Amino acid sequence: MVTTTTTAMADTSQNWRTQQTAVLDMNDMEGGGSDQSDYETNFTETKPRPPKDSGQGPGGGYMDSVKQRLQENVTNMMWQSGKDKAKSAWNVYGNIDFLRPYFNVEPHEVRSRLLYSFIPQKPSEERQRVHRELYGPMMIIFTLIALLLFQMKTADHRVEEGTLMGTAFGVCFTYWFGASGLIWVLSYVCNTHLTLIQILSMMGYGMGSHCVVIFLGTIIHTSHDHLFFYALWAIVGGLSTLRMVSIIVSRTQGQTQRMIVCGAVATLNLLFLLYLHFAYHQIVEDLSEVFISSNKNLQPMENIADNVVVDDKSAGNVPGEVVDEVKQAIEPLEESVVNLVDKTIGATVKQLIDKDNVDDTVKVLPDKDGPLMGALKDTA
Amino acid sequence: MSDVEFHEQSDLNDVSLEGDITAPGFKADDDEFSTLDEPVKDTVMRDVRAVGVKFWHVLYPKSSTALLREWDLWGPLILCVFIAMLLQGKSDDLNNMNDGGPQFAEVFVIYWVGAVVVTLNTKLLGGNISFFQSVCVLGYCVCPLAIALIICRCILIVDEQTTMLFIIRFVAVVLGFGWSTFASTAFLADSQPPNRKILAMYPIFLFYFVISWLIISHTHS
Repeated sequence: MVTTTTTAMADTSQNWRTQQTAVLDMNDMEGGGSDQSDYETNFTETKPRPPKDSGQGPGGGYMDSVKQRLQENVTNMMWQSGKDKAKSAWNVYGNIDFLRPYFNVEPHEVRSRLLYSFIPQKPSEERQRVHRELYGPMMIIFTLIALLLFQMKTADHRVEEGTLMGTAFGVCFTYWFGASGLIWVLSYVCNTHLTLIQILSMMGYGMGSHCVVIFLGTIIHTSHDHLFFYALWAIVGGLSTLRMVSIIVSRTQGQTQRMIVCGAVATLNLLFLLYLHFAYHQIVEDLSEVFISSNKNLQPMENIADNVVVDDKSAGNVPGEVVDEVKQAIEPLEESVVNLVDKTIGATVKQLIDKDNVDDTVKVLPDKDGPLMGALKDTA
Repeated sequence: MSDVEFHEQSDLNDVSLEGDITAPGFKADDDEFSTLDEPVKDTVMRDVRAVGVKFWHVLYPKSSTALLREWDLWGPLILCVFIAMLLQGKSDDLNNMNDGGPQFAEVFVIYWVGAVVVTLNTKLLGGNISFFQSVCVLGYCVCPLAIALIICRCILIVDEQTTMLFIIRFVAVVLGFGWSTFASTAFLADSQPPNRKILAMYPIFLFYFVISWLIISHTHS
């Protein structure tokens, strides 16, 4: 059973499309309810009969009852045809059997495809096999979404509009469909022998490298040094990119065309990995700590120097000297920062408090859209 | 076709429209009791008992078909609303506008969309289980995680959080996660083709992992 399905799938996509069209045609030709026996024939589907064939009514209300029956017939006819069209549309598009061949895989196949997506094959004369499969890519994407959620939570990523999960979903699926669509267009232009499903499958397996790098990068967290991440990016991301490049090279003729498509694939794959790491990662941890904790207890400048502990006496008081120099540099700035804050936020607060009615300020303060919050948002 | 009589058109149009709404093929249940006449308490208690029995089956999973045969979505709805309410992040606070905690809608959507996606995957892999049966089982099997969430919230009442308390919370959530996955395996495994069980189990594992992650990372009370 499995072999027949796969050989059927080895046909070019044109056959598959005509199969789909055949399904559509047959449904349209059926018309309305030709399966039904004569005893269940619904006469309202046919043209509304001329009045003289309908039942006899009393003379005066005859035309009224005829009109009413006509109206009911037309309504029923429209309802029936609408229902039939909706049913046939649902059967074609909503039928998940449409996708069933792409999920026809065994566990060992998925495992081997996952492993081979990191092993580039030497380009040879024959085309490299790309399996039309969607189970592996879908599972990789869901794993990536779960890992992104994990990374965003660990890095305290804040999302003002929307939710963390929505962001992760949107990013991953947009990349998968968008990048695959772009590569599909390019492969059409450059005459690469890959169908859309194969491209989806290939790009999906390429995201396996993203999963691995994000996972390792979040677990083994080196705060100030991104060297580890760059090494992973180059090695793991590079391997899966090379695999995709070798697939494309084996299926494209001509140097320029190969370079275009391979360049696009490599760029998309590698840049997406960089984006995933840096967009949802706390890039500059020091800066964020300083700004966010500004309303928590700030140490006065003088005490900082005292808190610096110098362990190595032989080095002289180098840390202390550094702190002194920094203090001297910052002191003039400190005044100007304080003046600035006083002018903006302080002025606004004073303006609000100076109003005649104190109740207004109480009402204004918790209001997120009020002038105070606006001023705070502007200066933050 | 020689034994078929054809009626005149006028005869059929004159037939008055009456009869039972039952479709052909179903026997008429004239002796079925009507639930319109019984007190509301009886109706509600019957459903509550059905839901309670299913929770019991989930907490002590033996390979039984009770969940599958009479599926209902009351239990998953109750669990979803309960978990989403408990997991809400703090809002309306001037100091931190949006602390990144999952909102009610996020948990709700994750729960139901996750169940739908896992069900679709199960069906596409060739499982012979209906859509709603699968959603029902997945929803009910979140019950151990809900119990773990209650334990975590009780632990979070304590003001100072030590590492020991975190470890207890972590262990509780891991146990809940394992229990949920095991329970859903007990119910859903039979409907899968034998060599593809692990392909069908992996998305279920991911689904419960995401929910467990939401529970363990919720540290605000």
